[in-house]
Amino acid sequence: MKVIVCVKQIPDPATPGALDSSSNTLKRDGKLILDESDAYGVEMALQLVDAAGGGEVSLVSMAPNSETAGLRTALAMGAAKAVLVSDPALQGSDALTTAKVLAAAVQRLGGADLVIAATESSDGYTGTVPEQMAEVLGLPSVTFAKKVAIDGGTLKADRQTEAGYDEVTCSLPALISVTAGVVEPRYPSFKGIMAAKSKPVDEVKASDLGITPVGWAGAGQTISNVAQAEARAAGEIIEDDGESFGKIVAFLEGLKVI
Amino acid sequence: MAINNIWVFAQASNGAPTSGSLELITKARSLGGSISVWVAGDGNAIAAAVGSYGATKVYGVDYGSNLAGAAVASAMKATIDGGDAPDLVLFPQTYEGRDVMARLSVKVDRTVLTNNIDISVSGDSVSVTTPIFGGNTLVTSTFTGSAPYLAAFRPKSFAPETSGGGAASVVAVSVPDLGATGGAKVTATHVEETSGPKLDEADIVVSGGRGLGESAKYELIESLAKILKGAPGASRAIVDAGWVPYSYQVGQTGKVVKPSVYIAAGISGATQHMVGMKGSKNIIAINKDKEAPIFGIADLGIVGDVHKVLPKLIEALQGR
Repeated sequence: MKVIVCVKQIPDPATPGALDSSSNTLKRDGKLILDESDAYGVEMALQLVDAAGGGEVSLVSMAPNSETAGLRTALAMGAAKAVLVSDPALQGSDALTTAKVLAAAVQRLGGADLVIAATESSDGYTGTVPEQMAEVLGLPSVTFAKKVAIDGGTLKADRQTEAGYDEVTCSLPALISVTAGVVEPRYPSFKGIMAAKSKPVDEVKASDLGITPVGWAGAGQTISNVAQAEARAAGEIIEDDGESFGKIVAFLEGLKVI
Repeated sequence: MAINNIWVFAQASNGAPTSGSLELITKARSLGGSISVWVAGDGNAIAAAVGSYGATKVYGVDYGSNLAGAAVASAMKATIDGGDAPDLVLFPQTYEGRDVMARLSVKVDRTVLTNNIDISVSGDSVSVTTPIFGGNTLVTSTFTGSAPYLAAFRPKSFAPETSGGGAASVVAVSVPDLGATGGAKVTATHVEETSGPKLDEADIVVSGGRGLGESAKYELIESLAKILKGAPGASRAIVDAGWVPYSYQVGQTGKVVKPSVYIAAGISGATQHMVGMKGSKNIIAINKDKEAPIFGIADLGIVGDVHKVLPKLIEALQGR
């Protein structure tokens, strides 16, 4: 069984985000790490290949500056190889272009039985790229899957809905997006980390994938204004002295909700 | 060109359009042009309701056991090819909304702008506003190129107001042959029942986070919510940890709530969470770490242990 996982390398969420002052896009020039949301997809892929009795997990990613730090984390978890699309011309790409680029990277790997993505990235969180990729690739999709199994060549998933969840079956090949928490991602072992250093990363330009134009030139949007939102004033902060519940009761009384 | 023809992807729950759908129809009225609503299912069920908010036509897609994404987007594309081409398509930022929007985006080769809280039209130009960095910064983006423009909006971005319009006319649309993209089928639907008010409609919301320590302690959140006749909510951390179902999640990936009172217990206030509750009228936070970001937006902040404060609070309220 062949599984391809879409992974995003993002600025460390622990450091405050910033916008590039000239382009107004998210700054991604510092150190990038594997988006935590994608660790679930990588783990799911490794488990499904194990359950199928063999196969291979590959990665596709799009990042500036030939960044591979996040990819190495996923390779250390057990993925075999990666295609990295790194091209200055990609800066400013919209969600649709990103989906086309990643879909072309999937095709460069010869396609797969299953493509896995997170539901949305932790930095840009557009939340449409996986489903757009499915449409570009002509695949059926199950988005927002919170439980996934493959049984006799058919995918079975529980898909999150507004009211609860749906049980869904899906023919393969297919694309799924998985919610955080769908599986418990493994920590890379020391052996895995060492092995990851020599695993192949095929670095390509957008033009190698036959995609033009990209970046701002191909985007269907332009940023017209950036403003600070009205700040919410901080209120009264007190240390609990064992009686602070009384403050909450009084606050609720003041609002006439009790 | 100007915006003459607006489509709104609406969703129905128990036979009635969701408030998120009615918000978008209301906002569409201020942008000019005619409003047609799309719904996955029978258009007749919601024709009167969406008509009273200003829609004149409902396209109902008989999608059977298909997932809405591929089915509705294909029906939309067929309608566009048939000559009814929208200038602007508005979607709620929901699971179905995002799927339909994404599939349609590729079919019409136009990008999407998501997570918006506002929209404005000036002549031919359509701009949308998105909060980033937990809502501290507002980015306004303008669509370039030709219509249709596809935009998704976070729930509660607009206030629904009726227009007094009559029932919308109903057009039943069948799903074109989906080929391989129709390979996903729904075999069973599960509704996760909650008692009390719905999370995104409750006047009081009590949410718990990692600071509760263990899943059994979520009981404190449920008890407090029940006493206050509110709804229990949760941070992403404890949903991911499997303590409570996804439907409890407040935040970027969960529900957006704007209650009169929001009580955050054991929640530090990650950006992810704050985006979903910042619009609450009054915020009470209880957290051990006085540096927690949640205190930056709290009207009343208690620096303390939720395991000590909550039981006393519950006891005090029970005695009333």
